[in-house]
Parts: sequence; structure tokens; C-alpha cells
Amino acid sequence: MFSKILIANRGEIACRVIKSARKMGIPTVAIYSDADKGALHVRMADEAANVGPPPASESYINIERVMDAIRQTGTEAVHPGYGFLSENPKFADALEAADVTFIGPPKPAIEAMGDKITSKKVAQDAGVSTVPGYMGLIESADEAVRISGEIGYPVMIKASAGGGGKGMRIAWNDDEAREGFQSSRNEAAASFGDDRIFIEKFVTEPRHIEIQVLADSFGNTIYLNERECSIQRRNQKVVEEAPSPFLDDATRRAMGEQACALAAAVGYASAGTVEFIVDGERNFYFLEMNTRLQVEHPVTELITGVDLVEQMIRVAAGEKLELSQPDIGISGWALESRLYAEDPYRGFLPSIGRLTRYRPPAEVTGESFAVRNDTGVFEGGEISMHYDPMIAKLCTWAPDRTSALKEMRQALDAFELEGIGHNIPFLSAVMDHPKFIAGDMTTAFIAEEFPDGFDGVELDEATLRRIVAASAAMHRVAEIRRTRISGRMDNHARHVGRDWVISLQGVSIPVRITADRDGADVRFENDEVMRVESDWLPGQQLARLAVDGEDLILKVESRSQGFRIRYRGADLMVTLRTPRQDELAARMPEKTPPDTSRLLLCPMPGLVVKIDVEEGQEVQEGQALCTIEAMKMENILRAERRGLVARINVGEGDSLAVDDVILEFE
Amino acid sequence: MPDILEELTKRRADAASGGGKERVAAHHAKGKLTARERVELLLDEGSFEEFDMFVTHRTTDFGMDRTRPAGDGVITGWGTINGRMVYVFSQDFTVFGGSLSETHAQKICKIMDMALQNGAPIIGLNDSGGARIQEGVASLAGYAEVFQRNVLASGVVPQISVIMGPCAGGAVYSPAMTDFIFMVEDSSYMFVTGPDVVKTVTNEVVTAEDLGGASTHTKKSSVADGAFRDDVEALAEIRRFFDFLPLNNRDRVPSRPFFDDPARAAESLDTLVPENPNQPYDMKELILKVADEGDFFEIQADFAANIITGFIRLEGRTVGVVANQPLVLAGVLDIDSSRKAARFVRFCDAFEIPILTFVDVPGFLPGTAQEYGGVIKHGAKLLFAYGEATVPKVTVITRKAYGGAYVVMASKHLRGDFNYAWPTAQVAVMGAKGAAEILYRSELKDADKIAARTEEYERNFANPFRAAERGFVDEVIMPHSTRRRVCRAFASLRAKSLHNPWKKHDNIPL
Repeated sequence: MFSKILIANRGEIACRVIKSARKMGIPTVAIYSDADKGALHVRMADEAANVGPPPASESYINIERVMDAIRQTGTEAVHPGYGFLSENPKFADALEAADVTFIGPPKPAIEAMGDKITSKKVAQDAGVSTVPGYMGLIESADEAVRISGEIGYPVMIKASAGGGGKGMRIAWNDDEAREGFQSSRNEAAASFGDDRIFIEKFVTEPRHIEIQVLADSFGNTIYLNERECSIQRRNQKVVEEAPSPFLDDATRRAMGEQACALAAAVGYASAGTVEFIVDGERNFYFLEMNTRLQVEHPVTELITGVDLVEQMIRVAAGEKLELSQPDIGISGWALESRLYAEDPYRGFLPSIGRLTRYRPPAEVTGESFAVRNDTGVFEGGEISMHYDPMIAKLCTWAPDRTSALKEMRQALDAFELEGIGHNIPFLSAVMDHPKFIAGDMTTAFIAEEFPDGFDGVELDEATLRRIVAASAAMHRVAEIRRTRISGRMDNHARHVGRDWVISLQGVSIPVRITADRDGADVRFENDEVMRVESDWLPGQQLARLAVDGEDLILKVESRSQGFRIRYRGADLMVTLRTPRQDELAARMPEKTPPDTSRLLLCPMPGLVVKIDVEEGQEVQEGQALCTIEAMKMENILRAERRGLVARINVGEGDSLAVDDVILEFE
Repeated sequence: MPDILEELTKRRADAASGGGKERVAAHHAKGKLTARERVELLLDEGSFEEFDMFVTHRTTDFGMDRTRPAGDGVITGWGTINGRMVYVFSQDFTVFGGSLSETHAQKICKIMDMALQNGAPIIGLNDSGGARIQEGVASLAGYAEVFQRNVLASGVVPQISVIMGPCAGGAVYSPAMTDFIFMVEDSSYMFVTGPDVVKTVTNEVVTAEDLGGASTHTKKSSVADGAFRDDVEALAEIRRFFDFLPLNNRDRVPSRPFFDDPARAAESLDTLVPENPNQPYDMKELILKVADEGDFFEIQADFAANIITGFIRLEGRTVGVVANQPLVLAGVLDIDSSRKAARFVRFCDAFEIPILTFVDVPGFLPGTAQEYGGVIKHGAKLLFAYGEATVPKVTVITRKAYGGAYVVMASKHLRGDFNYAWPTAQVAVMGAKGAAEILYRSELKDADKIAARTEEYERNFANPFRAAERGFVDEVIMPHSTRRRVCRAFASLRAKSLHNPWKKHDNIPL
């Protein structure tokens, strides 16, 4: 076995690899950029080497610097993680030249699978199902109809030079194919000056399902079943699970065997993933093969019990796989939620800054459920603009999907994350979505179910009542504590009453609380009584309660006369008053927040790269006003409506905070 | 006999009706609560005991003898807030516009006298059009009587003013002399002369809101210490605020059960100070992570934000916090921040509230605006306030403590009881670059040499150890242990007894 492993990566995956190496008794070396000096992976590793300035291009993916680190530390093998150098043949070359083992597949496999066209060819040759299509040029409508018929409807007619939906038609029959070919061709000629057209099978109700394979250098290849990764936002996976709620055994086996055939065909030896697109009738077609460890590998580990990183290390060290296909089963169900530093209320814009609070739920490995959190951050750490905005991968496991989902909901409820914008509310919303619960999703799930983005979750009546009851019980505890202050007049102390009115989302709900030693009964106007039990104390930001025996985990912050409560993607202000206070509060005027429609506010912290307009200039709806760079991304801010620019408050090169006023309209 | 009892009930109902249904309706329509409703919300349910309900004015001029409403436009009395005694007056805008008459003033004076005698705070709910013009000089005399009592009560019992409507002309000087002024957004304003007079005299056109609204006084003038959305929120928050205050200057700070471990470590504080000394960070995170349950009542949050002032609890007991805020103007001391903090420190000292100071200060703000504005004397106020304070004083230097500002910020030299520093602290005369440029003026042209000198200075002085060697810093502590250290420090100081030499009073540079 290796005497020392360097992990050519950062963040959660570096930490993940270090854990397995440590378990195997192998010392580890972390590499870090200047921005990552205090990062978790550096703290966890036995040794660490600096590889340069913050930008990844000058550090983590700079082969020479990484090689320097390898030489300096006398490393025997390198695990590349995912991204960065993991699928870079030049890095594999450099390692080979330095006689250092690459913990990954052989270079030819990386190369063969790294090219879209080659990989599809190799796959076809290996008997893997690929998307049927005709790659040659099509001259006439008749030919288009004939080819379409051969492929089988529906088909997609595409311009070779196409993009952005232009010159693209979907045809469900001969007539549409004929018509589509003509219009596609005309559009292509007009848009791109290139009227070449090709046709391929149109995959309806597409799902993204991938097969995990594992191979050694002795020709043994096995598959570790599938992962369903259909929940994606702009091609970025958000939620994954294993197994897929959609596959049957026959399809799973067929996909697994084809994946193994492909791996064998390229002489694969390591962990790898073959991605498929699967249609509504369980036809599956090869997309690509990822010759590395996938981000979402934990769900496979949770259902198979196989440590993929350990296997990669063993295979790289020349060991034979001790596992064979019959050893691999599916035990229970696993889900993964990716926590991103992206603000769902602001169009998922990246959010950077200090994690003033970071308290993930406790990791548990139990018989009835498990919680696993792969992360590279810690409370007080920094989400930097230089790297991927992923904060953590929260996984839950249970014997069945319904239970795993329940565990995930609770784990998200208990995940405390403050200081930056993050997508926990959105993840909670996905977990409660009827279609997701039913396992009925395609890769278009987010685009179709959240077409206008995310604006928080509307909780149902029953859930709101549970929150009302919980709030009343917590408020009572807080109020009683207030009456225990020193300096009271003897015998004339304040008595905390039983009747309270809770206002929530503009509705006043009267309740009566009767407390005893173990909890409180909260009686509603219709005489419904909810029993609240909790050991919550004032100041605690995570309240674990039981309402009528059912768990309720709330994020709680004290506010004037009540609480801000966050639960399942909803962000609520709960106010608690006595009936008389409530009566008087009803007299208070509604206060509308100031009108910001005439202002362009900075949506994220970032740097002003360019200002596209001048004072006094008239702008049209959609016109670019200013470019802000954040997280290495240039974001163009556009006018929401027509207007006249009255004032510009910032200059190029200024660094801005959220809600800074960039410019004002007339 | 029943008739006699009934007469009382009738008279009470009559007094409770204020200026009558129509005026009350008009008052409500403005989004304001009546004087009685406000008292109800301020005090514990059923705890209000009213005085002088049947007092009426004695004016006969201008036909005033025809209307003599019971109470004369102000409701006075006492009650409790979470069981602790407080005296209250609440002006009734529905009665003669809440205007202050001789008798109205006498009612206020009566409860002020009682508060002083019985050692309980005074809360005034102000909603008044000003002097009762019909009474002429008698009304002015009334103001003067109230002012004199404000002065006498100052430093004896806490005085809180809540401006819940107009407060103009001479009337502003009573709140001005109390310890804290809070305002209600959109429905309250304070000014010495109103928009009409302003226009006549200076030709300036300004609205009442812009001239003296809550926003003006919390952000620009610093007359007010805070503002709330409406009457209900304001009164609820005053109740919360009241729980931080002792009842009088002989009382101890209140304590109440707390649910936060005094030894709680906050590991994340170890990374609070960024590596780059020029990068700001949010000092409020430190305050919130040290405070019991993260509960902080900030004073003057919107004014001179380069210094933070407010109240927290440690082990359930009130502590006043003063902290430089590196997020704003690098946390520099200037005229506004010095004045803001000085007044806060003096309030704490007057009422035996221990003071916790967090220091990250690059010095005093240079410039003509500051010098012409008298930064010498204003800065001296904070120095003076810390120097005269005899309450327990615990100081933690988190990063920069440069020059005179280091001395000002509750340093050991100003009788600091516990002066801690984080390892990231730099106690020095000035920043390294500035120091190198002065010490090695002859090498100024050679950038490399100056850089080397800067580094040398940094190595030698940009740390807490030079100060620790001399005992100016009692101990260098780990940031994550700050709460435990500070709690223990204050716990050890509970019996502190320190007295300044006898004097009639001091002569702080006003």
C-alpha cells in the first residue's frame, strides 16, 4: 500500500478522501491555495503544501505547482477528487513521468471518454445503447422523413450550427418531419448561414440516471447500481438518490451490464460513472462516462456499503477487487441534498462570506436510519468567491424511500447555516413536492415546477397550526422567564396569562395555553387541542418539539413580541400578544416598505466590472446597465423597464455589498 | 350610598373618555393609540395606579372655563414592568392637543418627585402640541418645573422618553435631559422650531418629518437613541429595554435566569479577525457570541456606526457594551462616535452598570472637518468618561489599539480592571507603515528600505506582547474563550468598590 497520498483537490472531496485514507492508515497531504490556508481539508491532513494564489488556474489546476507539492512531500500516489485535474490526461502524464501513481483510471480510458464523439463511438462498438440518429447531411425533406421513420418518432431535427433553440424542431410524425425539416433549414440558413441539418431521437420525459462501475487492473468489472440525478438546475445536480425510483430490475441489470461492457472496452481500472438518459418508457441511451469519482457517490456507498474511495486506492495500488457482482446489493434508500451558497430568493445568485453559524445535524449510522454530511467548511470559515459554491452534501439513508425522505426533511430542518444565502429552503421545498415524493420527475423538474424561481414555501393550514401551537408554548416559557427578574415588588409580581393571540401571515389566531410539568396544551377557538412537549429554552436557535407526538424542528430567532421561524422552506414572522394587545395592535397602520423600483440594487456582493450606461441616458427594458463580477462569474444587470438614468452611484472597480444602490432612475 | 359609589364610576368613565369620541377616532385614524391605551401596553396588565385623574386646569381666559376635562391632558401614575416599579406619564393629544398647562405640569412633577423619593425610573410618553398658550407664562413655568426635576433626577433614577406624536418648542428640553429618547416612525417629530418658523426666518423649506422625524433624529442629529415601527412595537421594546436597567443609582443591575453556559466556547471567533489587517469584519458577531443568548439591545444603532453601544447580559446581569466597528470607517474614533460612546459610558457609570469594551481602533479621524468641529474636546469626552467611571471595566483588544485611541478605549491606564488582548492584537503608537515613515524619514525615497523598516516595526510592535510585558495587557486570551474570560472577570468584580475624590461635580469637557 502507498506510504503517502496527496489529494489534489480542496473542500469536501479532499476531506472525504482523507477520511478513507486515514481509515486505511495512509498518511495524507493536502494542497491549498492562499485562500485556503485555514481550510478544513488542510486541518485534517497530516501534511499540507501551498500551491499558489487563490485562482484555481494558478493553484489547484496548475500542474507544475501541484507536481512541486508532490515532489516536496515525497508522495507516492495522488487522488484527484472530482473537477480540477481529475480528468486531465496531461496531469496523468506528468504523474507517470514522475513515477507517482494516479488514483484513477488509466490515461487511455480518460482520453477515450473525454471526447464526446469518440466516446459515443466506443460505446456503440461496445454494444451500449446510444441515442439513435443520423449524423450525415440530409439533402431533402423526403430523406428527412425516411430517416425519421427509421429512427422512430418522436425525433429532433437540429441545425448542425444550431444553438439556443434556433433551427430546432421536434417531429412526432411524417408530416411534422417534412415541415420541420423545411423550417429548420430555412431558420438555420437565416440565422447561421449554414443550412446543414441532422436528425436524432427525441427523448421524452428524460431522466438522468447513471451507473457506478468499479474495475481493477485484472479485468474484473462490477456495477454498483444506479443513481438518479434528475433534479438539476441548469445542468447542476441538486438532489440525487439511489436507487432510482423509476428503474426495474431488468433495466437496472441491462444498464449495469452495458456500463461494465464499456468500462471493459476502454480498459477501465478504478471507480467510474456511466451516465444515461432514460425516457418515459425506460429506454436508456448513453450520454457520457465520467472517469472519476462523482460528487454524488455517497448515495451509492450508503446503499451498497462499499467505500468507493478505498476501492479506488486499492485498485490503484494494484490490488484485485475483492468484490464481485453478486456481493453488490441494494440495501435501503439513500438521498443526497447539495447545499449551495446560492440564494434561492435572489434567483440562486452566488453568495459569499463568513459562515457565522454552521451546525449540521449530527451524523448517525443506525439500523433504522443514517445521516451523513460531507463537507469542507466549519463555523467561522469563509465561502470564497474563487471556488465552487457547494457547502455540503447532506445524505440520509433509511430502509425505504419514504423514510429516507422523512429523515432528509428533518435533517434539513436541523441544519443551521447563517451568514450567507443558501438553498436549504429550496431543498426543503423539493423534499415536500408531491411529484418528487411520488418519484415522478424528469430533468426538467425544477424548470417546470419552479418556472418563476423560488419565493418561499406556503405551508398548509395544519402545519401552520402546529407552528402556532409550538410558538405559543415557547412564548410562554420566554414570558415567564421575564417575570423572574430581580427587583420585583414582593407579592405584586406579574402573572403571565393563559390567553394569547398569535398573528401569522396577517391572521390572528386566539389560543389558550394550559401548562403542566412536561409540556403545554394549546387550545384553539374550535376547541382543538394540541399537545406541545419540548425542552426549548429562551435563546436557543433550534427548537426540537413534539406537537401531538410528532417531531417538529424549528429554527427560531427572538423578535419583538415573538419569533422569526424558519421551517420547510418557509420564513415566518410569528407575533404573540395578549388579547388586549392584539386588539390595540389591530389599530396600527400597515407600513409599506420603501419603493426601490427606481433603484438598481446590487443583488450580490461583487466587483463592478463595467458600467454600460451614462447619467441622463434613456434605457430600454432588458438593456444591460452594469456588470458585476462575483464568484468568478460576470453577471449582467439589466433594466427591468424603460427609464431614464438619473444618477450613477458607483464606479468601475468598486466592490459592492448586497443592496448597495448602483444607480437611480428618474 | 350606592349613588355615591356610582358617582365615582361615572367620573372615572368621564375621565377615561379623554377628549371625546370624535377626537379619539381622529387620533386612532392617524395610527396612534390613546394615552391610556399606551399606558396599558407599557405596563403589566392591571398594574397601573393612576394619580390626579380628576385634576382640571384653572384658567378662565379665552373661554377656557367652559371646558375643564378631568385629567387635563396627561395621565400619570405608576405600575410595574415584569413586576418592577416604574412611574409613568402619558400625554393625551385628544385633550387640548396634549398641551402643557400649569396643572398638567404639576401632575408630571408629582410623579417625578415620587419616583425620585422612592427610587424607581420614570417613563414619559410624549404626545403634545406644546405649551397651553391660553395660560401664558404659567404654562412656561410648568415646563421649567419639569425641567428642574429632570435635572435633579438625572443620575438618580433612569429617565426614558418615548416620543409618540409632536414634541416641539420648549417641550423638547424635557426629553432632551432624560437618559434615553425613543421615537415612533412616521408619527412623531421633535424640533425647537417648526417648519413654518424655519421658513419665515431662514427661507428653508422643510417638512416636519425631514426636520425632526424619527429618521432625522436617529441618523443625523443623534437626539434619539432608537426608533420603532409603531406604538405597539415601541411600547413592547421599551418593556424589553426596561429589563436591562436598574431601578435607581443605589440599586444593583437586574439579574434574571439565563440559559447560556458562561463557559460556552465560540470556536468561530478564532477566525473572526481576518489575516489581512486592512480587511474589515463585523464586531457585532463578537458581541452576539459573547452575550447571553445572543441578546443585544443596541443604542443609537443608526448614528456613528463606527462605534457600537448597547446592553447585553452576562450570567443574567446587565452589562453595557462599547465596541469599535471595523466595518464602518475602519472603526475610527471621531467627533460623533466619541460623543455617542461617552454619553453611554457615563449612563452606565451613573447606574452601576459594568462596562465591557471591545477595541479595534486605528486612531482618531484626521482632517479639517474634525479639527474645526472640535474633535479635541469631543474625543476628550470619551477619555474623561472612561477615566471617571468606577464601575467594573473589562476590555478586550481584538486587533488594532493605536495611539491616543488605545488609551481612550478603557485602557489599563484608565483604571481598567481586566484588560485582555487577543493574539491578533496590535498595541502600538500607530500602524507600522506610518511609524516607519516617521522614524526613517531619510529613507523615504527608497521603497524597499521603508518596506523592510515597516516589516521590522510590525514584527516588534504589531502584537499584544509588548503591552503584556509591561502589564498594560493583563493576559492574552484565545478568542474562543472570550465569553468565559469576560464572565469570570465580571463575576470577580461584583464587590468592586472604587471612589473618586470628593467634588461638587466634575467638569467634563462639554
